[in-house]
Amino acid sequence: MGSSSSSMDHIPNAEELMQETGFSAAHLLRLYERFEFLDKDQTGELRPEDFGAIGGLALNPIGDRIISAFFSPGQETVDFPSFVRVLAHFRPNGTNRTRNGTQQEPVNSRTRKLKFAFQLYDQDRDGKISRAELLQVLRAMLGIQVTEEQLQSIAERAIQEADLDRDDAISFDEFKKVQQVSPHPQTPTKETPLHPTEGGR
Amino acid sequence: MGTQRGVGWMLLLLLLCCFGGKCELQESKPSTTTDFPTIKPFHDEINEPQAFPEQERAHLPVFTMNYPRIQVPFEFTLWVLLASFAKIGFHIYHKITIWIPESCLLISIGLIVGGIMYSVKEEPPAVFDTTIFFLYMLPPIVLDNGYFMPTRPFFENIGTVLWYAVVGTLWNSIGIGLSLFAICQFEVFGIQDINLQENLLFASIISAVDPVAALNVFEDIGVNEQIYIVIFGEGLFNDAVTVVLYSMFAFLADMPQVDSGDVFLGVARFFVVGVGGILFGFLFGFVAAFTTRFTHNVRQIEPLFVFMYSYLAYLVAELFAISSVLAIITCAITMKYYVEENVSQRSCTTIRHVVKMLATISETLIFFFLGVVTITTDHEWNWAYITFTLLFAFIWRGLGILVLTQIINPFRTIQFTFKDQFGLSYGGLRGAICFALAFTLPNTINRRNLFVTASIAVIIFTVFIQGISIRPILEYLNIRRTNKDLNTINVEVHTRMMEHVVSGIEDLCGHWSHYYWKDKFKKFNDRILRRILLRDNRAESSIVSLYKKLELQNAIELLDTPMGDLSAAPSIVSLHDEKMEASRPKKKFLAADVRKMHDILSKNMYKIRQRTMAYTNKYTLPDEGQTREILIRRHASVRRSIRPGSFRDMSAQNIPRSQKYYSLQPGGNLESAFALRRRSHGGGEVDRLRSSGVLPRSSSHSLVPMRRLNTIKEAGSAGGQPATSARPRSPPPGVDILDEMGPAGSRFRPRKAPLPAPRRHSSNWAEDDEDPDDAEYPSRGVEPVHPPQLPPPRGWAPENQDPREVGAGNPLLRHSSQGSRGSGRSGS
Repeated sequence: MGSSSSSMDHIPNAEELMQETGFSAAHLLRLYERFEFLDKDQTGELRPEDFGAIGGLALNPIGDRIISAFFSPGQETVDFPSFVRVLAHFRPNGTNRTRNGTQQEPVNSRTRKLKFAFQLYDQDRDGKISRAELLQVLRAMLGIQVTEEQLQSIAERAIQEADLDRDDAISFDEFKKVQQVSPHPQTPTKETPLHPTEGGR
Repeated sequence: MGTQRGVGWMLLLLLLCCFGGKCELQESKPSTTTDFPTIKPFHDEINEPQAFPEQERAHLPVFTMNYPRIQVPFEFTLWVLLASFAKIGFHIYHKITIWIPESCLLISIGLIVGGIMYSVKEEPPAVFDTTIFFLYMLPPIVLDNGYFMPTRPFFENIGTVLWYAVVGTLWNSIGIGLSLFAICQFEVFGIQDINLQENLLFASIISAVDPVAALNVFEDIGVNEQIYIVIFGEGLFNDAVTVVLYSMFAFLADMPQVDSGDVFLGVARFFVVGVGGILFGFLFGFVAAFTTRFTHNVRQIEPLFVFMYSYLAYLVAELFAISSVLAIITCAITMKYYVEENVSQRSCTTIRHVVKMLATISETLIFFFLGVVTITTDHEWNWAYITFTLLFAFIWRGLGILVLTQIINPFRTIQFTFKDQFGLSYGGLRGAICFALAFTLPNTINRRNLFVTASIAVIIFTVFIQGISIRPILEYLNIRRTNKDLNTINVEVHTRMMEHVVSGIEDLCGHWSHYYWKDKFKKFNDRILRRILLRDNRAESSIVSLYKKLELQNAIELLDTPMGDLSAAPSIVSLHDEKMEASRPKKKFLAADVRKMHDILSKNMYKIRQRTMAYTNKYTLPDEGQTREILIRRHASVRRSIRPGSFRDMSAQNIPRSQKYYSLQPGGNLESAFALRRRSHGGGEVDRLRSSGVLPRSSSHSLVPMRRLNTIKEAGSAGGQPATSARPRSPPPGVDILDEMGPAGSRFRPRKAPLPAPRRHSSNWAEDDEDPDDAEYPSRGVEPVHPPQLPPPRGWAPENQDPREVGAGNPLLRHSSQGSRGSGRSGS
């Protein structure tokens, strides 16, 4: 329905954002409304607590990881453009309207999506999912019936499966390979893979 | 095979039961037509002691039988029992209900029983007389639907739901009615005597959609939330619309001709009926909520208010001939939120269980009788009319969905695809309401029997053909199934993780733009409604209120639990066994181990967003286990960070060591979990308990109630959902909760509260890696598993264990974020 109170010209740099992220104007508008709704104290920036107030997210086992994915390290708040940029990872990649060529890679490509997921695991951002990081996620996602032992062996097994270079951790390349084996729900359009070193940031 | 034999026995038992009831019934009733006259006098004479006064005047009868006196309740009880047995029977052999909807099975059994009754010339019980159905059978079902209505998704889709329910039903009724009227004009079919009003009346009967069977299938396949809620809501409001239409057309059918003024009056009446029902619902809902504000001294009868008020809403709506279905739904939705906050936990549980129980039994009976009555009633069969009815019902439903969706789609954020539309139209089964309405047709309609027959044909056709085929068709349409065998553990973990992420992002984006109104209502609610209706009206965060409830229950449970409650012990032993086994091949994984891991993963990972899961199976209670578990973890972590060092004195306290580890096994791996628990419970639980005069027993003990607490609320759901129980629900909160909280919790508010984390020892990575091996060394492979009461080996000083197991949680934590790293240091 789109309440008339906010229109496109309230959004800073709307055009650029649309180009960059591929969102349509309607999408952007709705996201902006949502952003304003979340932004309780009207500062134009969101803090982690604002995210935490979302009921569903508070119940998400890895909700806090998702929240922290919005904040670049050392930053306490996120403004609307960055908010949208992160969300752009989640656009379905079948409907890319971006013209080919000039742009290096759309943010919603398979590789970028995977990298986003990868970074949710890789909390220390060293480009590798260590066993501890994997364990941590497992522990959050698994019910409490599972013992630490079982967790450990599952993590062990997962790392063994994926670990090609025997460094006892999963690099982004390995992570990607593992995902390619699977019938992944997202359409596996072949994009030019990023260079592995880029994964490490 | 065993299960099938079980089913066979069950059926035999059923038949026996039913014969038992019937034989006696035969004796008591010489002729079926004079049924009531013979019963009545006996009922009037109930107060007189002598049953058969003319037999022997002089002597006191030693043995007497007065069957007519108990006949009605007795037979009713037998019928209910019979239907319940049937339900048990289906679920013994679990796979039946996957492929054949339960309603089909019930109707089939009803058909069999009906056949038997027909062969012995027995009259079916008069369930489908108007008053009984609408005053006793229908309200529980509707109350259940309203009470367990998934409010949020419903209100997010309310426009679409109403659109389909109101316009769709009108469309169906008028479309089918007119087409049938057109068919009636052909002389070859011999049905020219059915006029337009009667056709419309009949059409309004069979346009009511009953979503039970479709919903079960939708749930299993994992249809998206929107379709689900639309079908659900349509089924509900359908009832209302249909009842209105029915009464309207039934009124019109009596009139020789209809002028346009009547049509307008009909439209006006439509709004009166609808709005009036909603208003009465609100009224009684608020009164009920207000009443429960004062019931805290009479906890025993608390649940009663819910039932009485909603029934009252229903009856009063009936009194004014407005939509009683809408009234009771609105009443239930309105009061639920406030009532559940006002009443005690136990009353709340009771309410939910009783609502579910009544609805289930009522629905079972209806389907069952549908089968019985199909056989025993008089039919008038007209090929043309019935075939065309089936055809038109199907076509108009499909067309209606197609057209209505084209209109509503531009207004929807998530539009319905053609597949969705097919699911929506194919899911339009006809059910109990349709059946009951057909039987309440007035006798003045000359083709009444034909209508009844046609209605039954439509119901049986849709329930059997569509109900059975909908699953294969839907599965064929959207190939959502993933073959698990090929997946690696990585895939399983990552996929689930991504699903969590996506659902989290969905929450974050807020799919819907109703937030403005939602916000407005929330403010209004907080300012006014809560203040009036709730006893304790401070707005609490869900976490805190949940936590309070848990603590309270915990304490109660702990007091109730006898000293040597060992119910949990065997499971720990077996768990331990399994774990030992699972952990042994450290570097090489056997196929069995991998399978076991898959098993663990698939069973224990949180289901993604259980919003639909909770209410999809009609016969189960919503399960809040997962929500709670996650909340508890969060809360536990918060609490732990708030009370630094509270555990420290605890571990030095005088807990007898033998009790401390009383359920622990020689493998010793579990002790990390126990130690952690003990510490985190130190502050709240034990202190409080000690002040209340309870000796702090082992930490594991204090957790036993927590687990049992969950069973209180969900025990019924476990019992009532055998169909879906192949996949266990999320585990009960309590066993290892606090084990988890390190990583989850301190990241929860990483920047806000750098309180000293309650850890004594810092530790590092190496310790973590060595942990399992270290812990196992004393006993691995040497000692057999002890029964849980045995004291543990002396060598385990908890102090020795602490650093190691802190290591299990801590390094992860320190890796996770800067803030918590600092806190870890300061705590040490």
